[in-house]
Amino acid sequence: MIAQDKLVIRTIQVGVLVALFGAWFIATRAGGTLKLFLPAPELVWREMGVLARSGQLWASLSVTISSIVKAYMIAAVAGIAVGFVLARSRTLVRLFEPVLSGMFAVPLTMFFPLFVLFFGIGPDSKVAYGATYAFFPIALNTIAAFSNVDDLYLRASRAMGASSWQQFRYVYMPAALPVTLTGLRIGFFICIASVLGGETLAATAGVGRATALAAELMETARLYAWIAFVVCMSVMLNLLALAVETRSERE
Amino acid sequence: MDFPGRDASQRVIALDDVSLDIRKGEFVCLLGPSGCGKSTLLNIIGGMLEQTSGTVTVNGTPVSSPRPNEIAYVFQESTLFPWFTVLENFRLALKFRGTEDAGWRDRAMQSLTAVGMEQFASHYPKQLSVGMKQRINLARGICVGSEVMLLDEPFAALDEQTRMVLGEDLSILLARRGKTIVFVTHSLAEAVFLADRIVVMTARPGKVKASIEVPEAHPRSPDFMLTDAFQDIRKELYGLLRDEIRQTVAAMRQARDAQA
Repeated sequence: MIAQDKLVIRTIQVGVLVALFGAWFIATRAGGTLKLFLPAPELVWREMGVLARSGQLWASLSVTISSIVKAYMIAAVAGIAVGFVLARSRTLVRLFEPVLSGMFAVPLTMFFPLFVLFFGIGPDSKVAYGATYAFFPIALNTIAAFSNVDDLYLRASRAMGASSWQQFRYVYMPAALPVTLTGLRIGFFICIASVLGGETLAATAGVGRATALAAELMETARLYAWIAFVVCMSVMLNLLALAVETRSERE
Repeated sequence: MDFPGRDASQRVIALDDVSLDIRKGEFVCLLGPSGCGKSTLLNIIGGMLEQTSGTVTVNGTPVSSPRPNEIAYVFQESTLFPWFTVLENFRLALKFRGTEDAGWRDRAMQSLTAVGMEQFASHYPKQLSVGMKQRINLARGICVGSEVMLLDEPFAALDEQTRMVLGEDLSILLARRGKTIVFVTHSLAEAVFLADRIVVMTARPGKVKASIEVPEAHPRSPDFMLTDAFQDIRKELYGLLRDEIRQTVAAMRQARDAQA
């Protein structure tokens, strides 16, 4: 019964995708100005092949992925460290938690030009921008995770004679893990979006830059090809994040 | 015990001039109106709270911090860590205490068997009912092998029937092990059924109002609850407590009116 439900759901999901592609295909047969903005699927496919073979895909992808990885590393380490340190004291949380959530509520996109001014037009500005944006959800979730550990478990472990290290290792860490992971996950997607977004705004290389360039030059088949690559990359990164998350949750 | 609070109006004297001698192997119930400082007293005995004046000694040594080797604690709610299985929880308790050894698994399984929960050793706490968890909490308290067990309303979250069965089991278990128990409760019947001695406390600040012996050998059967001796002690306790409960309610009203 459940397996059958799953099959039905999958069929519908695939059906929607096929229908979208079908509509795209039919629309491009109609002709007119639409063709200019919406190239035929086979043209996009051919362009994807060209980009992959010419090496442009790998050149751009490596810049973007290494920026994302660097930005995310910085955000994760800084976010968890700051979140953990603040959560040690109720006063610090009361002082800084509103500041952090306030800053996170501001659209940092408006500050992107500043990042370019400070860090240059190269990948560094995208790394800094992505790291800054992803830092907030990670830090905020880490604060929430560590300051909401149930007092009962702390008292119980103390009564059982746990040392502070044992209390950290066996009580704080496992108790805080789920919410911290949520923060890391949100931060991950914000990081991808900010790096790509930054690249489309001002950059010399990267997938975002290549996409924006194709749009500026009205090379729509190429534009769609880049978008298709970004979708593939996001799906793959999503699967990777999911795999890491399920693994660490099981432990 | 004096909680200073932020200013004079918040100062609370929770316990005042409490003197209590508990023999080795004795089962003592602390009974009193809510807010009378029963749990505070238990926390002080367990070294979880430091008293503002006076002394507590266990086996002749003063207590000022938790002493897991001598004192095991069972709380009102389940303190099984939800991220570990039942068996891992036992292991952790021994590890915290510094007595994890090669035989820990056998000892844990023995304690679980004693409360009839051995088939749930590899379950996670969230897969168990409240009653089952509290049963396992008791088993864990017994497993660590401390001589003194402090139980802070361990059955308060359970329904009446589970409570009775667990109470009976506890009585049987303790008759076998000869541990010293201090048990905090609200329930008169529970106190009479379980205790060798019931210490009745006054409304805040808590003092010892009376100390009543229950001369009935452990393990006790449920039939004990039907005897006249049981009913007489229960009535006596009710008489002692009634005034204190009234006083507590009056004090609460007063505090409310003062606020309004």
